[in-house]
Amino acid sequence: MTETMHHNVHRAQERHHHHTHAHDTRHGGDHHLLQVEDLTISFRRYDDAERGLRRFWSARRKGAAGASEKAGPARSLLATLSVQHEVAVLKGVNLAVHVGEVVAVVGASGAGKTLLADAVLGLFDPHATVRGRLWFDGVEQTAESLRKLRGKRIALIPQSVASLDPLMKVGAQVRGAAHGVEKEQRAARQRELFERYGLDEEVAGLYPSQLSGGMARRVLLCCALMEEPQLIIADEPTVGLDLDRATDALADLRAFADGGGGVMLITHDIELALRVADRVAVFHDGTVVEETAVASFAAPELLEHPFSRALWHALPEHGLRVDGGGANAVSSQMGEEQPC
Amino acid sequence: MRFAVRNIGRFLLLMLLVSLVTFTLVSAAPIDPLQVNVGQAALMQMSDEKRAQLAAFWGADRPMYERYVEWLGAALQGDLGMSLRYNRPVVQVLAERAANTLALMAVAWVLSGVIGFALGVLAGVRKGSWIDRLVRGYCFVLAASPTFWIGLVFLVVFAVNLGWFPIGFSSPIGALSTEVSFVDALHHMALPALTLSLVGVANIALHTREKTVEVMESPYVRYALARGEGMGSIVRRHVLRNVSLPFTTLQFAQIAEIFGGSVLVEEVFSYPGLGQAAVTAGLGGDVALLVGIALFSAALVFGGNLVANLIYGVIDPRMRKEVLHG
Repeated sequence: MTETMHHNVHRAQERHHHHTHAHDTRHGGDHHLLQVEDLTISFRRYDDAERGLRRFWSARRKGAAGASEKAGPARSLLATLSVQHEVAVLKGVNLAVHVGEVVAVVGASGAGKTLLADAVLGLFDPHATVRGRLWFDGVEQTAESLRKLRGKRIALIPQSVASLDPLMKVGAQVRGAAHGVEKEQRAARQRELFERYGLDEEVAGLYPSQLSGGMARRVLLCCALMEEPQLIIADEPTVGLDLDRATDALADLRAFADGGGGVMLITHDIELALRVADRVAVFHDGTVVEETAVASFAAPELLEHPFSRALWHALPEHGLRVDGGGANAVSSQMGEEQPC
Repeated sequence: MRFAVRNIGRFLLLMLLVSLVTFTLVSAAPIDPLQVNVGQAALMQMSDEKRAQLAAFWGADRPMYERYVEWLGAALQGDLGMSLRYNRPVVQVLAERAANTLALMAVAWVLSGVIGFALGVLAGVRKGSWIDRLVRGYCFVLAASPTFWIGLVFLVVFAVNLGWFPIGFSSPIGALSTEVSFVDALHHMALPALTLSLVGVANIALHTREKTVEVMESPYVRYALARGEGMGSIVRRHVLRNVSLPFTTLQFAQIAEIFGGSVLVEEVFSYPGLGQAAVTAGLGGDVALLVGIALFSAALVFGGNLVANLIYGVIDPRMRKEVLHG
C-alpha cells in the first residue's frame, strides 16, 4: 500500500487494507487514524490442577514399575503440571478507523470486542502474548507508546457508571488528576463540557450512584472529551439506555466524528450501529470477518461473509429470519447481550 | 434523634443483659468466694459462726437473684459495689486499671491499624509480587500464633536476653507511684503494646489486602488506567479512598479483638490492667468486680461499633443522599 492511494477518495467496493469502502464513505483523503493489522492476542492456559495431578500420579506409578526411571517425583510433577497450551482470543484482527469516521465493531459477547478495545488502549494482560501491528495517526505504536496516548489522544467511553469511582464526586472524576495551574484549566474545561452537554453545575457535586442513566452517559462522554482526543473508543455506550437516550448517545459520537475525530463504536446492537456508523466491522469468533461499508448492509448479496449475512437476516426489518445453523448461532449469541 | 434514642435503648439493654449473664455465670461457678479469698488454711481454723458471719458480710449466703436485684439498685445510683479481692470500691479499681488498659489498647490499636493498613494496601496493589507473598506469609504465621506465646517469645528475646525492655509491670519494681515518669510508663508499656498490636496487624492486613485486590480489579481502576492515570495516582485517588471505608469498620470492630488479646497479654507481662483484674476476679468469685469489668468492656465494644457506624455514614456518600432522577 502506498500513501498516494490515500489521497484519492476510494471507489465503492474498492478493497484496500483488508476493507472496502462505499461511495459515500467519509475518507476525506486522509490517512488512517487507527490501523490494526493482524492483531493476535493469546493466553497461555495451564491444564487444571486435577488433571495435572492425575497425570502426576499415573507417571509415578509408571516410574515405580520401570526401575530404570530415574526422574524423581519432583521432576515429574513439574513436567505434568506445566502442561500448557496457547489459546488465541483475538485471531489476526484487521481494522481501520479514518478521520471523520464512525466504525462499528459488531459481534456477540465473548467474541473479544472488549479485548480489542483494551489492545488499542495499550492495556495488555501481563499473561497475554500479543502479536501484530498497530498504527495511530500514521505512526506505528508499541505497548509503551500506546500507554502515553491513552486517555489523551485515544479516549475510552466505558459502558456504565460502574467505571467511575463510587466514592468520588463526578466533577473531580471528569477533571482527573491534576495539580496547580493545570487544575484550574481542567476545571474550566469540565465546566465548559458540562454546559455543552446540558449538565447542571451541581451535577459535578454528585456521586456516580446519584446519576440517572442519561446523565451518567453524558458524564462519561465528558470524561472522554476532557483531553480533546482524536480517537474515541465507545464500549457498548447504549446498553441500559432507552431508545431516545441511545440515539442521543450515538448522535454525540457522530458529531465528534464529523468534527474531525474518529470513533470505534463497539456494540452488539447492529440496528443502532447501522444508523450512525460509516463502516461496520463484523466481529466473530475472535476476529473481524468482514469490514465493510454500512451501505453493504442494504442487501445480503453485498456482504461477503456468511456470518455477516446471518446478521443481516437476523435484523428485525428482515423478519428476524433465522435459517440454517449459522444464523441460529447468531441469534442465540446476540440474544445473550440484550440489556435487561 | 430517633437514632440516638434507639442506640441509648440498645446500650441500656446490653448493660442489663451483660450484668445478668455475668452474675448468673459467676454464681453458677463452683468457686466458694470464702475459700478463695480467705485461704484454705484460714478457713479451716475459723469457727462455723465466724464463717457464717463472713458469708453474710459478703452476701455469699443469699440466693443469686436477691443479690442481683440489690446490686442493680445500687448500680443505678452509680455504686458498683465492693471488690472482694481488692477490698476497695469496684469503681476505684476499674478507674485505676482502665487507665493502664486503655493506654495499652490505644497504642496497640493505632499501631495495628496503621501497620496493617499499610501492609495490606502494599500487598494488594502488588498482588502476586514478592512483597505480597512476604506480607501474606508474615500474616499467616502471625494469625496462627497464639498471643500469649508471642508475648512469651518477645519477653524472652527483648526483655530477658536483650534487656531492651522491662520484664513486666507498668512501672519500675519498688518505685512509688509518684516517682514513675511518663517515659518509664511508656517503656513498660512498649512490649505488651507491641505484642497486642501484632494480634490486629494480621487481621487488618489480610482484610485490607483482599479489599485492595478487589478495588484494583474493579472497573473504575481499569477505567482510570484507560484514561492514562499512573499507578501512584490511582492508589492515592481511588484505592485508598475505597479501601478506607471497610478498613474503618474493621478497625473499630477490632476493639473487641484487642480487648480480648489484652487479657492474655496483661497476664504474660504482669501488666496491671483490666484484663489481669478480670482473671483475678473470675478466679476469686469476685462478682462485683467481674460485672464491672464486663460492663466496661461491653460499653467499649458497643462504643467502637457505634463510632464505626457513624463514621461509615459520614464518609460513604451512598448512605447519605437519595439518588436523583433526571
